[in-house]
Amino acid sequence: MENLIALLVAAPLLGAAVLLCGGRRLDRAGHWLGTVLAAASFVVGVVLFADMLGKGAEDRALHQHLFSWIPVEGFQADIAFQLDQLSMTFVLLITGVGTLIHIYSIGYMEHDERRRRFFGYLNLFLAAMLILVIADNYLLLYVGWEGVGLASYLLIGFWQHKPSAASAAKKAFLVNRVGDMGLSIAIMLMFTTFGTFAFGPVLESTGETSEGKLTAIGLMLLLAACGKSAQVPLQSWLGDAMEGPTPVSALIHAATMVTAGVYLIVRSGAIFNGAPDAQLVVAIVGAVTLIFGAIVGCAKDDIKKALAGSTMSQIGYMILAAGLGPIGYIFAIMHLVTHGFFKAGLFLGAGSVMHGMNDEVDMRKYGGLRKYMPVTFITFGLGYLAIIGFPGLSGFFSKDKIIEAAFAKGGTEGWILGSVALLGAAITAFYMTRVMLMTFFGEKRWQPDAEGHEPHPHESPKSMTIPMIVLAVGSVFAGGFFAIGDRFVNWLEPVTGYEHGHSPLSVATVTGATVVALVIGVGIAWAMYGRKPVPVLAPRGSLLTRAARRDLLQDDFNHVVLVRGGEHLTRSLVYVDHSLVDGVVNGTAASVGGLSGRLRKLQNGYARSYAVSMFGGAAVVIAATLLMRAV
Amino acid sequence: MNPVNYLYLAALLFAIGASGVLIRRNVIVLFMCIELMLNACNLALVTFSRMHGNLDGQIVAFFTMVVAAAEVVVGLAIIVSLFRSRHSASVDDASLMKL
Repeated sequence: MENLIALLVAAPLLGAAVLLCGGRRLDRAGHWLGTVLAAASFVVGVVLFADMLGKGAEDRALHQHLFSWIPVEGFQADIAFQLDQLSMTFVLLITGVGTLIHIYSIGYMEHDERRRRFFGYLNLFLAAMLILVIADNYLLLYVGWEGVGLASYLLIGFWQHKPSAASAAKKAFLVNRVGDMGLSIAIMLMFTTFGTFAFGPVLESTGETSEGKLTAIGLMLLLAACGKSAQVPLQSWLGDAMEGPTPVSALIHAATMVTAGVYLIVRSGAIFNGAPDAQLVVAIVGAVTLIFGAIVGCAKDDIKKALAGSTMSQIGYMILAAGLGPIGYIFAIMHLVTHGFFKAGLFLGAGSVMHGMNDEVDMRKYGGLRKYMPVTFITFGLGYLAIIGFPGLSGFFSKDKIIEAAFAKGGTEGWILGSVALLGAAITAFYMTRVMLMTFFGEKRWQPDAEGHEPHPHESPKSMTIPMIVLAVGSVFAGGFFAIGDRFVNWLEPVTGYEHGHSPLSVATVTGATVVALVIGVGIAWAMYGRKPVPVLAPRGSLLTRAARRDLLQDDFNHVVLVRGGEHLTRSLVYVDHSLVDGVVNGTAASVGGLSGRLRKLQNGYARSYAVSMFGGAAVVIAATLLMRAV
Repeated sequence: MNPVNYLYLAALLFAIGASGVLIRRNVIVLFMCIELMLNACNLALVTFSRMHGNLDGQIVAFFTMVVAAAEVVVGLAIIVSLFRSRHSASVDDASLMKL
């Protein structure tokens, strides 16, 4: 069975290689090849999953050692895979949702002449993400990590003829590099501390290591997670990443990329368990991002950017849960999986809306679309109910568990984190209701575009609606399936460990509070966007609204502090280089040159001046000889 | 007569020759001053030979004369060709290493 693990990665990797190297002759079949290989990877995943279910909880982890990558004395890097329950969960999510997005893209990218290349990049994305989650050491994980960064760069900038897409891709890549630095420093620290970077030895020997070192490693891992998972302060790339085609946004937000940070932190749980300070910072970062993303999501009129703010916020929930320690790890992953379903569904729904509306993204120009796109409306609506945590749907179970766990953290921190999570639930309900009302309800507000084409909203083709239906089913039932009878907890417990948190509030109270928060959020949104008609032009808005439209001034902050600061730093360094370093070098050269100029005057060509030197020299020699003799 | 007086004379001649070399510009005069210095040396050598009572100095003086004779030949040839090319007998005109 373990020999199958490499196949998981090999299938999409082969697809990427063939599609990207195959050239034009594959144009007609390329998308089918890409989809089939992604599906093949999913099938392999399911086979491995079925095999895993047949075993006892303790010996479910599979290992496959492919070859020694860098066999140096004292430094062993292997290409080796490890498939345990945690990896398995990710494999199924990545390949399953990934395959659905491949199918959807066949329809969505139908009129794009570079569709073959698009599928090649999608396959590369899947392959990199799979390497990331089934690696058995941090160095191989880093390979996947960088591969994900590369693929996201290629896909966000896929419509590279648009300058905004090209710069969004660069931005995503650069911001991710900051996080990547964190991961590489963490791996170096691991190597100096433990002498290895394989998961097994590192995570088992955390008990014998000083807390200071674990805290340093933990904080560096958190920096890495912030980059990939778009957490404050490295979240600025996520909104711009919407420049990519919509299936890419769905892939980045649901199955690949942003989930990598959560995986990294949960996988490195043993390190964080030994470093409570780092763990608390993780929870704080999660809580801050949760509110930050939610506020941004409330103000955006671009449907994809509103969903991007929502992703940021939901990933904030996961990071918050991962920062709670063993009481939260499993719920972080559970929310990640359910989020994978409903967020992919929401993005594909948004893509379907754009598909029918001539690629219009401004929600103020939608309105009343439920009559024109019934399938999109229902699937999007189910995803919406799931994300706001409507009782009985996926998001309700997974988010509720995180809020409970946050309260169970204990002490003042527990109260603060729990209240923040609860507040986040209310804001989530608000902004998602806003998206829903502005898009599907109310008056129709669309207008002819600049060339006078009136949009004719229509339902999307089957290849697009079927994935949406499948994802909607997942968004409805996945949470209940996982939560009832603690299935998910029992499944992951052998890998991540689990402690039942003792919340100061009863389960019923927390659930009740969540539902109340939900009702308040929906109510406010309905009062603002459902009761009154939505203006086509955005009103000026309050100071907070305007700040939130600008991503809470994140880009301005980056520009002033980092870009300007960097410019000033380089300018002052150039000044020091010119004045001080060049001054010393040029000064030396000038003084040597001046001295030579003087000395050159001695070589004037006049025989008698040479004769004077000779006489002078002879006189000195004689005088010296006499002097020596006298002494 | 005290031989030291010859040494004084030799020193005087050498000084006259040396200052001539340094001061005068005419090549022929320069050349004569060099000869003067050589002969001052010869006088000194012969005087020392006399003072110490061996013949080494006198033999060296003969060598000097031979060398001086050869030098005159070469030197005059150079002076003649220099004069032909520059139409001048001033050493300062020959301050470059090219024509």
